[in-house]
Amino acid sequence: MAKNPKYYESLNIDFKPPRGNWMDRPVNIKSGMYCYPARPNVLENVGMNDRSDWGKYWVIEDEDWELPDDWKERFLVKMRDMLDKYRTFKIYMDICVRCGACADKCHYFLGSGDPMNMPVMRAELLRSIYRGEFTKTGKMLGRLVGARKLTKKALRQLWYYMFQCSECRRCSTFCPYGIDTAEITIMGREIMNELGMNIAWIQESVSKCIHTGNHLGLQPQAYKECIDAMLYDIEDNVGITIEPTFNRKGAEILFVTPSGDVFADPGIFTLAGYLMLFEHLGLDYTWSTYASEGGDFGYFTANEMAKRMNGKIYAEAKRLGVKWILGGECGHMWRVLNQYMTTWHGPIDFLEEPVSPITGTKFENAKAHKMVHIMEFTADLIKNNKLKLDPSRNDHLKVTYHDSCNPARGMGLLEEPRYVIKNVCNHFYEMPENTIREQTYCCGSGSGLNASENMELRLRGGFPRQNALRYVRDKYGVNMLACICAIDRAALPTAAQYWNPDVGVTGITELVANALIMEGEGPRTHNIRGFEIATWEPEP
Amino acid sequence: MGVKVSLGVSLGAVLAIVAVALVGGGVSSLQPVFGIFVPYAAFVIFLVGFIYRVVDWGRSPVPYRIPTTCGQQKTLPWIKHDKIECPSSTLGVIGRMILEVFAFRSLFRHTKAEMSSGNIVYGASKWIWLGALVFHYSFLVIAVRHLRLFLEPVPFLINGLDLVDGMFQVGAPTLYLTDLLLLGAVSYLLVRRLIVPKMRYISLANDYFPLLLILGIGISGVLMRFFIRVDIVSVKELTMGLVTLHPVMPEGIGAIFFVHVALVSTLFAYFPFSKLMHAGGVFLSPGRNLANTNRAKMHVNPWEYPVEIHPYEVYENEFREKMKNAGIPVERE
Repeated sequence: MAKNPKYYESLNIDFKPPRGNWMDRPVNIKSGMYCYPARPNVLENVGMNDRSDWGKYWVIEDEDWELPDDWKERFLVKMRDMLDKYRTFKIYMDICVRCGACADKCHYFLGSGDPMNMPVMRAELLRSIYRGEFTKTGKMLGRLVGARKLTKKALRQLWYYMFQCSECRRCSTFCPYGIDTAEITIMGREIMNELGMNIAWIQESVSKCIHTGNHLGLQPQAYKECIDAMLYDIEDNVGITIEPTFNRKGAEILFVTPSGDVFADPGIFTLAGYLMLFEHLGLDYTWSTYASEGGDFGYFTANEMAKRMNGKIYAEAKRLGVKWILGGECGHMWRVLNQYMTTWHGPIDFLEEPVSPITGTKFENAKAHKMVHIMEFTADLIKNNKLKLDPSRNDHLKVTYHDSCNPARGMGLLEEPRYVIKNVCNHFYEMPENTIREQTYCCGSGSGLNASENMELRLRGGFPRQNALRYVRDKYGVNMLACICAIDRAALPTAAQYWNPDVGVTGITELVANALIMEGEGPRTHNIRGFEIATWEPEP
Repeated sequence: MGVKVSLGVSLGAVLAIVAVALVGGGVSSLQPVFGIFVPYAAFVIFLVGFIYRVVDWGRSPVPYRIPTTCGQQKTLPWIKHDKIECPSSTLGVIGRMILEVFAFRSLFRHTKAEMSSGNIVYGASKWIWLGALVFHYSFLVIAVRHLRLFLEPVPFLINGLDLVDGMFQVGAPTLYLTDLLLLGAVSYLLVRRLIVPKMRYISLANDYFPLLLILGIGISGVLMRFFIRVDIVSVKELTMGLVTLHPVMPEGIGAIFFVHVALVSTLFAYFPFSKLMHAGGVFLSPGRNLANTNRAKMHVNPWEYPVEIHPYEVYENEFREKMKNAGIPVERE
């Protein structure tokens, strides 16, 4: 693995690209900036893209990758197919005017200064092949009009940079035509997937998820054990005994959340928050070990794989006979749920229009999809005074909120989380306006890039967010970064440790649970992380 | 192939068109070619090409509803919904598209990120927005003003526009504000590509050529008006002939006119094959022209097909004993 930049103060990035034409420059594949390729047996395991033994013997940094003989044909046939299937792809290949508005909007560009990370260049990598292989002017005039043939060099470059895009869509916010680089990356990855060219971190998660129901590969008993472990913590720190149910038929609500929160700190405290909140409400809900993944790494490989993975949620809801589904805090999970899921599997006539059993609120914005976001659900509870809250229990925290890219730009979930935070915390500060809401930055590790071997990429990509965080840390003493995404909760602590070592990361439901006054609770001397609550005073 | 080649070839192409038109326009037997045939051909290529491209885009479906949301979604009734930036109705989408097409809303967001002692600093940067807006609007006004050549009698509105555009009368003939603005804006867009390193890196001949072409159109137009006058009565005779499909070639129109016409014709003919198609594409871009209503209303994908979803039975078969031991309910004991 490459050495990471030594110290955060030393990051001095020159945004000035080199002279000359980018097509002449060698593809400089740097260790620390890419993820390991998927092993062939993993690909076979998921029954897709097992036609290639690409990646079996090779070294990524080698110039000559061993590719199947018909790789060009496969690539181009797939590309043609995608152009015919997606208007987005076709239009985005045709209409970019290279105005440069997107150039300095990408966190990977801002953190690395690599000109190929300007979103326009990421698209040009594919666009140049499109021109050279599919348009007459490109075939005739070649490089003069930015066209090139599909070569091994072009492929290597494409692979390298398609996995340096986290599909966060920040650039698309600024594009005068709404050209969506995420869409281009999605197409690029799916095309390369035809050659088996994906990364281990994504494909192994996919493979595990198909069989066990979650990315982590937790078998049903292990999944339950993880949750049970949190129950002991809750008992210790809150004095409440909770007995959640699993795969229970006839429950009113199925709850689905990313599996990352079952397993890893600090996501497990968000999970503890769910358990406490639902217990407090007396919610008739169940967990599922079969549909134990809200996230969808299939989305980072190919549309069909995304659909295969996502399909379990409705399948399980149907099998259990629930009325509707509640979804936890997750980023790309909600992009998929909001923008794809109903189209994939609809119409969803075996579920009912979601109604909060506590407040009676109809979630009309989800009447076809039948899934409600936990922030919508919680905001509604608070608005209707259904939660007794003591925000002073979070007084040791000065909180800022990181809009996770997908809920912000793929859904428009901006106010609900803020409303919830403001009701459970007394100290809330916004980061600068260019870094939040629809202009929010990615954590640096989204779209399946949160592996460990690409740490330099992650830290560099995380820099713009961390830089904004450092601003509020210095100005207001912010010491807690709240977010509603499991990849955020896995990735932000790593980046924060590097750029802002004294700032913690939390899910919002954890903050809710800490402020929640539960019936029958013991003395709340400690929060759910087991730390003493500073403002706690014994009753007189 | 760096900037020198891209710019050089583009400039060379524009100059070649100028030269050919200058020479050809000076030969009276060739004038019908440059005055009648070329404009007709260019217009047909434009029309057919433009329609073909849009229809071709339309042939690819929009399988998923994937707008980029730039504001608060429609959700609980007490949360203020951003009806324009995150539309939930056709009306909202129309509003969003109007802002996008007529005010370049997204480009207006533009900021410039710079490193300053280890921090990213965001500076307001509206120049590209202003430059683009001025360019497009002055081009539009100039195009509309030119309708006076194709309409008889000249409609009141066009005369009015002419009056407003020429209100800063400086001597005679009238100096039009939009002429200055267009030349200024095009020059800005061109210079920006040449001196900003990032812009130079991303620019292609595809970018330089249309700018130089439009610059040439502007310059030849201004030249014709102020320095190398042409007989406007003959020009109108020609243009009216073109538009009424009874083309005539009057005598005595200066060669500079043919330069102007050749450059405009090139722009028309080049349009459908180029990035200039953004004029049509912006309306069709699924990133902007869809409502964010996926959860309220099902969006249908015409090519959606069923996929294999790992069945629960297979899952239970694999883990049944473990599930039973952990107290997780199973379908079959």
